[in-house]
Amino acid sequence: MSSPNQAGPAAPMRADLPAPTKMLKGRTVYRVVWKLNTDVLVGYCWCGTAHEDTDPIALWEWLLAHPDTHGGGRTDSAVPDPEPELVDA
Amino acid sequence: MPSWPVNQWYVAAYSEEIGDGLLGRTICGEPLVFYRTGEGEVVALADRCVHRRYPLSLSHLKDDQIVCGYHGFTYDKTGACVAAPAQKRIPRTARVPAWTVREQDSLVWVWIGDQELADEALIPRAPWLDSPDYTVVRGMEPLKARYSLLVDNLMDLSHETYLHGGYIGTPEVAETPITTEVDEDANVVYVSRHMDDAECPPFYSKSTGIDGRITRWQDVEYHAPCLYLLHSRIAPAGVLPPEEGPDDKAFHVEVTYGITPSTEHETLDFWMVSRDFALDDEEVTEFLATNNHTVVMQDVVALDLLEKVVEGEKENYQELSINIDTGALAARRILTKLVAQGEERTAAAKAVTAP
Repeated sequence: MSSPNQAGPAAPMRADLPAPTKMLKGRTVYRVVWKLNTDVLVGYCWCGTAHEDTDPIALWEWLLAHPDTHGGGRTDSAVPDPEPELVDA
Repeated sequence: MPSWPVNQWYVAAYSEEIGDGLLGRTICGEPLVFYRTGEGEVVALADRCVHRRYPLSLSHLKDDQIVCGYHGFTYDKTGACVAAPAQKRIPRTARVPAWTVREQDSLVWVWIGDQELADEALIPRAPWLDSPDYTVVRGMEPLKARYSLLVDNLMDLSHETYLHGGYIGTPEVAETPITTEVDEDANVVYVSRHMDDAECPPFYSKSTGIDGRITRWQDVEYHAPCLYLLHSRIAPAGVLPPEEGPDDKAFHVEVTYGITPSTEHETLDFWMVSRDFALDDEEVTEFLATNNHTVVMQDVVALDLLEKVVEGEKENYQELSINIDTGALAARRILTKLVAQGEERTAAAKAVTAP
């Protein structure tokens, strides 16, 4: 798992995918989108923190670990290798 | 501990299924018998006589009471035994459990779990099922597969391309990325896949009359554990909803599923297709009913097969998940959480009422 960005609060990351309208309006809504033309998932916690991963299980674990791994509105900008251990289809 | 969450509402039947007779159905491991009183109220009781366990669903109904078909023990709508053969005194313990039921949106819902905790406000809505603005076709298929396999199936529509090719699947479904949202408080998963320029599958070309490529939106809204909604929007390619006013250049189909565990290895698959176009066209109705039944049966065959595979595999089998599974993984997590919460609530309620 990558470490949090120590450079202080930054603007939330945005996936390069045109995001459909946000549909769920609850207090604690998590959101996961695909980064366009990659296999990278970008997860947005309801606290405002974002995180990238290529493994959906690892991404959910990170998101649902709130507030242990995040929770202050900061942005984790460290990005894993977009295609680890994969071969081209 | 059962694999399904307790202290939850589940779809038990369609309203139209419960009429003059007795309907036996096992919901979450509970054999239940359903009937409708003369005043129209739906009743759910345990489906076994307290005397020698004869199924009450195979008995008969008289004056809103069930008369057991074996020895004649008679039960009222609360489950109390009101008559026994050759007995003037009815034992106080002669009672079958009654379940809380509610009818909403043409569905009969039953509360599985501690009956004191039943809360009508928690029943998720599907108002189009009972709306004059929609025409609905529906059916129910029993699966010989655990309910989690049906949840997995419906949360990942990429399988349409392969399992349902030629019906509802086209290449774009599996190729278009999805967006997933999860409301942790409401236990809702939303999976959105919007295709801008897609092939029109026969299921929609023949029902809508669209000739050519389409804009196809699939927005899945899963209300764990039981209700699954697929909001489907179909329009000629390039036709997007107006910023204001009704989206009247598009066709809308609401695909609804009641996902109800019956036993640990059987599931009731309630399926419904509602449309807001060609409301009175019987040919379209027949086409959608026949075609959707075919699609459902393709899933039934696949999931019944998968159940055997899963039952036969070694413990701790490592499956692979990829990006298309993001929604299904979220649904699994919510179900796991609800199973634990349901058990905790029941345990807490028992602790309060213990002497």
